Amino acid sequence: MKQVVCMKRRSTLNAFYFLLKRDLILNFRRRAEIANPLLFFVIVITLFPLGVGAKPQLLQSMAPGVIWVAALLAAMLSLDRIFRSDFEDGSLEQLLLSAHPVSVLVLAKVAAHWLVTGLPLLVVAPLLAVLLGLPVDAMGVLVVTLLLGTPVLSLVGAIGVALTVGLRRGGIILSLLVLPLYIPVLIFASNAVDMAAGGLPVTAQLSMLAAFLALALALAPWPAAAALRISLS
Amino acid sequence: MTFSSADCEPDKPEYYLEACDLTCVRDDQVLFDGLNFRIGSKQVLLIEGKNGSGKTSLLRILCGLGLQDGGEVKWCGESIERLGAGYHQHLAYVGHHDGIKRDLTVLENLHMAQALDQPGRLTIDQALEKVNLWGYEDVQAHALSAGQRRRLALARLLVTDNCLWILDEPFTAMDKEGIADFERLIATHTAHGGLVVLTSHHSLNCDGADVQRIDLS
Repeated sequence: MKQVVCMKRRSTLNAFYFLLKRDLILNFRRRAEIANPLLFFVIVITLFPLGVGAKPQLLQSMAPGVIWVAALLAAMLSLDRIFRSDFEDGSLEQLLLSAHPVSVLVLAKVAAHWLVTGLPLLVVAPLLAVLLGLPVDAMGVLVVTLLLGTPVLSLVGAIGVALTVGLRRGGIILSLLVLPLYIPVLIFASNAVDMAAGGLPVTAQLSMLAAFLALALALAPWPAAAALRISLS
Repeated sequence: MTFSSADCEPDKPEYYLEACDLTCVRDDQVLFDGLNFRIGSKQVLLIEGKNGSGKTSLLRILCGLGLQDGGEVKWCGESIERLGAGYHQHLAYVGHHDGIKRDLTVLENLHMAQALDQPGRLTIDQALEKVNLWGYEDVQAHALSAGQRRRLALARLLVTDNCLWILDEPFTAMDKEGIADFERLIATHTAHGGLVVLTSHHSLNCDGADVQRIDLS
């Protein structure tokens, strides 16, 4: 009996790994679609200096907020893709009918989503921060806030997407559902970068973001799995 | 991965699927009311009925995907809602949407199916030979014809270890030869102690299988 439980756990890990790999392959084969949110992020941030004009001081003080708002909107833009194509071709039914806990499979899908939409933001954000004149001292903190914050956006977003995937036009409802939950992340993250730019300590903000991440990681997969069941019935 | 591969062997305890007083209402229209049936190992249940008579709704309820408006579905005497994953590990479903990823190759699709369930009696190579997709392993599914994609969806049944097959119009888009092949596979599956529930507009010729029929219209 113990052996059976042990093997089951291993095969669930195996399913997690396969689903993650599958989603990464699928995203890789549709590269143009992954580039979309990243391009949006870059375009929004590069347009700001053009719109605001040559006011380095103003741009510098706006930089944390601008980068984080752009990251948040880029994440929202790509959210729908977590479950949409799986819903349309029936793969989602297969996931729900598998022998493994749906929450683990949801976590695999969210992880894949973050790897293709969140991680690239981390890479380009420092470059864009330079563009806006953010002090070099704040660069590290910016990357850390994105590292802690963007997975929360994906995890919380997954609940919203799971609830709206069955609706034909769920886009607006999705934004209304998810945006209020994103606001604490936005406040703490942009505040942390702001403080770091002013040379102040940011441990408190980073701890809060880490707590959000721990909470979302531990709690989001279950409601998302339950919401998928509701959406498909 | 041998702990459940013997599930469908004839000497194992019998499995059975029961519907007790199932009722389904969609858009103020009663599709079926007080539906009862019971099928056990080695039996096939063929659900017939005209379009819109609730065949797909019934199959989704039997899978635990759809919600019934009354009654209960039981697997070996226990409600499937209570069993959850304990029921799903015995169940394979091929629905109206085939669950095939168009951008993945045939082989990748089947590997994924195996990862989601337990690997079954047949290896992927053997299954591809059975459904006549041998040689298409590395072809992406969007390049397959509709009939071939259907065969691929059915190959998923063969590479995983599930004794209950629930199939929604499995013969759609398949050629005569494919239908005959698949009828043989159903017969083999039931001979090994499996259960099959399917909807079809074709007449089913499964030699040796015990076929029950329900007409929903």
